[in-house]
Amino acid sequence: MDDPFVIADREYTSRLITGTGGAANLAVLERALVASGTELTTVSLRRVDAAGGSGVLEALRRLKIDPLPNTAGCRTAAEAVLTARLAREALGTNWIKLEVVADDKTLLPDPMELLDAATTLVDDGFVVLPYTNDDPVLALRLEEAGCAAVMPLGSPIGTGLGIRNPHNIELIVARAGVPVILDAVPMPASDAALAMELGCSAVLLATAVTRAADPEKMATAMRSAVVAGRLARQAGRIPQRFWAQASSPPR
Amino acid sequence: MTIEVNGSPREVADGTTVADLLAAMGLPASGIAVAVDGEVVPRADHVRTSVSEGAVVEILTAVQGG
Repeated sequence: MDDPFVIADREYTSRLITGTGGAANLAVLERALVASGTELTTVSLRRVDAAGGSGVLEALRRLKIDPLPNTAGCRTAAEAVLTARLAREALGTNWIKLEVVADDKTLLPDPMELLDAATTLVDDGFVVLPYTNDDPVLALRLEEAGCAAVMPLGSPIGTGLGIRNPHNIELIVARAGVPVILDAVPMPASDAALAMELGCSAVLLATAVTRAADPEKMATAMRSAVVAGRLARQAGRIPQRFWAQASSPPR
Repeated sequence: MTIEVNGSPREVADGTTVADLLAAMGLPASGIAVAVDGEVVPRADHVRTSVSEGAVVEILTAVQGG
């Protein structure tokens, strides 16, 4: 495989991880997932209701996409650890996207609870992918705790503000020994490319696709953007200059 | 006796197991996870784990999200 995306013990071709939230219905979601080329997709865990399951797991199985359960909605390490264990039981995977948010206004990760939960889950045999702040120190601590990747946010969930602190993302990438996956970027495709140009190994997005006017087309756009950004990063950009420099020979 | 299932009270017979409860609710054993009083009950233990009066049972499944 040319330039595989290696994370823990798995190899993927696609560097676009998608979410399943926000889609109008399952048919729309399925078409978007196929168009995105994704091989890893998040799902949430919720109480069963009288209507039964949502069918999302069956859809992922049919499309041969690995499910990545998350702990969305958890506020404490204890809640997140229990949710992760329930997800492992329900889905038969020890992979978990760890989310522990501090409050509803910002939905920003709670650093202390996050690190605490990550440590517990790594010890319990989980492959932990933490959703984290764009904080280079916290990213390093999570890696030291044994996380298989770090997933810094571009901006708070749902704000659509793109990558607010590109320099912090570069700092995280510069020191990381595990894949850096840019998360929470309901953003234009240009920002997905930017994330890859900054050196991220992959991009995770959901509502940017599922809530687009044409989810299938946006999924295709994001897929192309991630590939373009990855190639650009590997190609090496020209240095920035203060003054102009002619590209044609002098007359 | 009365137990709590996903936040709602439910009447069940004495000696009801997790497996009995799932069957009564028409739920499959796969694709779901059960916690009783905050502890995960692995699928293999469903048939031999009985719930007691006042037990708090959570039954979860995967939904679209994230």
